[in-house]
Amino acid sequence: MSAWASVPGGLVTGVAMVKSGLSVPLALFMSLVVFAGSAQLAAVPLMAVGAPMWVIWATALCVNLRFVIFSAQWRPFFQRFSRGRRIVLGYFTADLSYVLFMKRFREPRDDEGQIEYFLGATCVNWSAWQFPSIAGIVLADVIPTQWGLGFAGVLALLGLTYSLLSDRTTALAALVAGAAAVAAFALPFRLHIVVAIAAAVCVGLMIDGGGDAGRRVRDWLWRAGVPRRGDGMARDGGAAA
Amino acid sequence: MTGWHAFVTIAGLALITVVTRSFFLLSDRELVLPTWVQRGLRYAPLAALAAVLVPEIIMSQGHLIDTWKDARLFAVAASTGYFFWRRGILGTILTGMAVLVPLKLLLGW
Repeated sequence: MSAWASVPGGLVTGVAMVKSGLSVPLALFMSLVVFAGSAQLAAVPLMAVGAPMWVIWATALCVNLRFVIFSAQWRPFFQRFSRGRRIVLGYFTADLSYVLFMKRFREPRDDEGQIEYFLGATCVNWSAWQFPSIAGIVLADVIPTQWGLGFAGVLALLGLTYSLLSDRTTALAALVAGAAAVAAFALPFRLHIVVAIAAAVCVGLMIDGGGDAGRRVRDWLWRAGVPRRGDGMARDGGAAA
Repeated sequence: MTGWHAFVTIAGLALITVVTRSFFLLSDRELVLPTWVQRGLRYAPLAALAAVLVPEIIMSQGHLIDTWKDARLFAVAASTGYFFWRRGILGTILTGMAVLVPLKLLLGW
């Protein structure tokens, strides 16, 4: 059901690649090997204007940094596999598989069919992404864009985001991330996404940390050289968090 | 950008996908994250989604929009309403597009 979330994104990405001037074979190649819509959407306009290769790669790296964070969470679930298999499994850990899987499974267990679930979700997600993407590449010249097709991808992500909201803390974390992303939007390489994740994680910890985590984040910030705003307040704040 | 240059760029992008997605899966050694890090990471996916979404909704050309006559705002409002009423992703997309397309085509918002 939630696989619908991938369809508009795939279609939009496929169309965007060709409209930016990528040839159909190269666009197909990109869709099939890169398999990371947000990185593709960030890279394609840069390729179109002939940006240096390292700029394109740096941008994609920053857009993909969230996957580095996700991979730490995948690790316990994939621990029992060899390194080669872990890398293959890792390659397929797209956003949607991550969201669906982590909502369902809290910790690694042998008796729940977790890997089977992952493989199933990945097959569905891969198809729900790649087939619309290929359709978009092939039909790019026929599909009109002026009526706002691109926004369908945004609406799909909106539904996905809402389905992750579970309480007031997560809602606030999402608001903070959104605000931080807008405020830091001018940063190069789409680093505003990284800033937003950091901000939301900090806020989430401060609220939900049960006293300890908020203090630790603050301690860590102080050790890293961020000046405190008055010692007394800092200590009291630590106790209150 | 055409030919081998584009090919190499795309191959590099594929490598970036592999390395970032399997980053903490590469090592064979035990990796124990402190519990507060684990707790904090729970907010990461939601934050990443919100960080991609919000600028797409309320910004254009790198600036906050300064008008309410923007089809995106109404589409998001309609989608939000649908989602919290029925909770289906497909319906959320279709509802929003049903509001967006007429506003864009008929009113030019």
